[in-house]
Amino acid sequence: MDRVGDLSLSGLAALLADGRFAVHTGSLVSRIQSTLPDVARSIHVLYAHHPYSAAPEFADFHVELGRPRNLRRWFSRQAEFVVDGERPFEPLPRDQAPAFLEWGLNWSIAASCHQWLTIHAASLERNGQAVILPAPPGSGKSTLCAALALRGWRLLTDEMSLIDLQTTAAYALARPINLKNASIDLIRSFAPASVWGPETYDTAKGRVTHLRPPADSVDRMLESAQPRWIVFPRYATGAEPLLTPRGKATTFIHFARNAFNYSQLGALGFEVAGRLVSQCDCYDFTYSRLDDALEVFDWLADGGKSDEN
Amino acid sequence: MKTEEPLSGQELIAAIRHPESLRDLPLRRWDSLLRVARRANLLGRLAQGARRACRDEELPPAVRPHLQSAATLLAHQRAAIAWETGHLAKAFAVHDFPVVLLKGAAYAAAGLAAADGRLFGDVDILVPRANLNHAEAALMRQGWASGGSDPYDQRYYRQWMHEIPPMTHRGRGTVVDLHHNILPLTARHSPDAGQLLAWSRALPNSRFRVLCPADMVIHSATHLFYESELQNGLRDLFDLDALLGEFAAAGSDFWAQLTARAIALGLALPVYLACCYAGRLLDTPVPPFVLAELARTAGLGALARRRFDALYLRALMPDHPLSSGSATALARLAVYLRGHWLRMPPALLAAHLSRKAVIRLFRNTSRSA
Repeated sequence: MDRVGDLSLSGLAALLADGRFAVHTGSLVSRIQSTLPDVARSIHVLYAHHPYSAAPEFADFHVELGRPRNLRRWFSRQAEFVVDGERPFEPLPRDQAPAFLEWGLNWSIAASCHQWLTIHAASLERNGQAVILPAPPGSGKSTLCAALALRGWRLLTDEMSLIDLQTTAAYALARPINLKNASIDLIRSFAPASVWGPETYDTAKGRVTHLRPPADSVDRMLESAQPRWIVFPRYATGAEPLLTPRGKATTFIHFARNAFNYSQLGALGFEVAGRLVSQCDCYDFTYSRLDDALEVFDWLADGGKSDEN
Repeated sequence: MKTEEPLSGQELIAAIRHPESLRDLPLRRWDSLLRVARRANLLGRLAQGARRACRDEELPPAVRPHLQSAATLLAHQRAAIAWETGHLAKAFAVHDFPVVLLKGAAYAAAGLAAADGRLFGDVDILVPRANLNHAEAALMRQGWASGGSDPYDQRYYRQWMHEIPPMTHRGRGTVVDLHHNILPLTARHSPDAGQLLAWSRALPNSRFRVLCPADMVIHSATHLFYESELQNGLRDLFDLDALLGEFAAAGSDFWAQLTARAIALGLALPVYLACCYAGRLLDTPVPPFVLAELARTAGLGALARRRFDALYLRALMPDHPLSSGSATALARLAVYLRGHWLRMPPALLAAHLSRKAVIRLFRNTSRSA
């Protein structure tokens, strides 16, 4: 299947403007309509490795990023996100349209994909086993996720982990990683060759941008992996790396509160979250340097042996 | 210049009523059908029909996850709504005033076919107006609160409406709509809520009551045809179809009761419209005498009926770009104005709508929470 990067920017922009462009992320196909140049540029960079199709017979989501058609367009340049005639968000300033697309796609998954337990967490794979990084605000989850994805771990997803209701396998989307403020500079200097989308300034969040996922993660995005570890990251300035076991009960409660569709799934959500937590080793992890973090995660992936080396 | 095929509301209705036809549906049509069904809040009914009428391998692989997702929701919603009403029962245990479940929660609690395949939103309950403060306090003690609305909204609800602002549970995020009537106090045909409570029926082994069958239909019809926004219009019409079918089969005098009760409560018009459009769009078998008597009482001539047809035959269709054109948008606007007109006196209405318009224009531009 052809990849987005095979298209010229103008070719992509034309497909987007006609509403014929559809990008494949994991098992999901999202058809996108937009005439906004920023959106085309951002997709061209961030999804370069992803397969696409033109006007496929079926897509899981049909979304539109456009200019609002109401009176407000005379006051400010805005973008609105429309899915099947519905506008789940207030419009945003036009230069945030690329980030808006990412949020909108996340919303679409959370609102309609109840074939999975959808958890607010990153997940990555190594040697067929997955680590889940839940995301309390300010934890530096995406920073750590980006670093791991750039150094030998396969990115499953950054923002939203997808857990199969029967098998508890973690599914991949391999979509761009969302980074903010100081994390952007940190990862830029950590991996100077990494490729980024346009940077925008959001009054609520500060500087925001996305990192293109590694090609290998995209190539293997249809492979799921069985979760083996749940690690709650916490970035603390100057801290030495510290990995400590975490209680299963508090881990479970965190998932119950941070799964997007936990309450919709009822008893099934309880049962799947329970199975997931009981099959994983659970940790809290404090760190300040990415290299320390990589060492600790490599140690986990190697089976947690050779303690002193 | 989109390459998408339109899909009419009629096709969605046919897919739900004759799910065996889905076996031969091309993938391209499924694409449109799922989108329109989701927008109309009818994905549950569609998925349930499809899974009953078709084997898995008769459905395209790309479609199955969406039907499975809807079926998973349906399967667990019954338990969830029972769980939620259990918490509500606890909240009201110390009081002895009647608490009536309305709409989806009532259909589920009473085990009615209308609950089958229906996706639920908020829980709606009705209490006597004299006990409204007690009921609100009882809910607050169990964790529900009506936060987030500004003083205008609070006044809008408390002074003019038939319910207080929606109350959200701080732990579970579930929403309760606490009503003291089924239509606003300002509405032109606000019925006597005491009558509804007096005829309500106790559910066996439950703290709750439900409206009597005729009133259940009347409430659903009133809700639909006094509503300003018909986003769930077709969903509600499917509810009415299921209610009418089940009640008519259970008692031979149901239709006469419904007619007499609608007239006694001063709600012949919405019940007429409900029976009329359920019959015409969903083939609900409504006896001709019911329509004739309700139309006569409501004073509906041939011209008025044509006007309603022009509005509702379009506005009841799914509000999706694939299934509606500019004529539909116009019908929707007319229904929006009609809904407000019926619920508020003109001066109040003008003030309320201009306030809404100004707010929409200047509302903050960051993502809503």
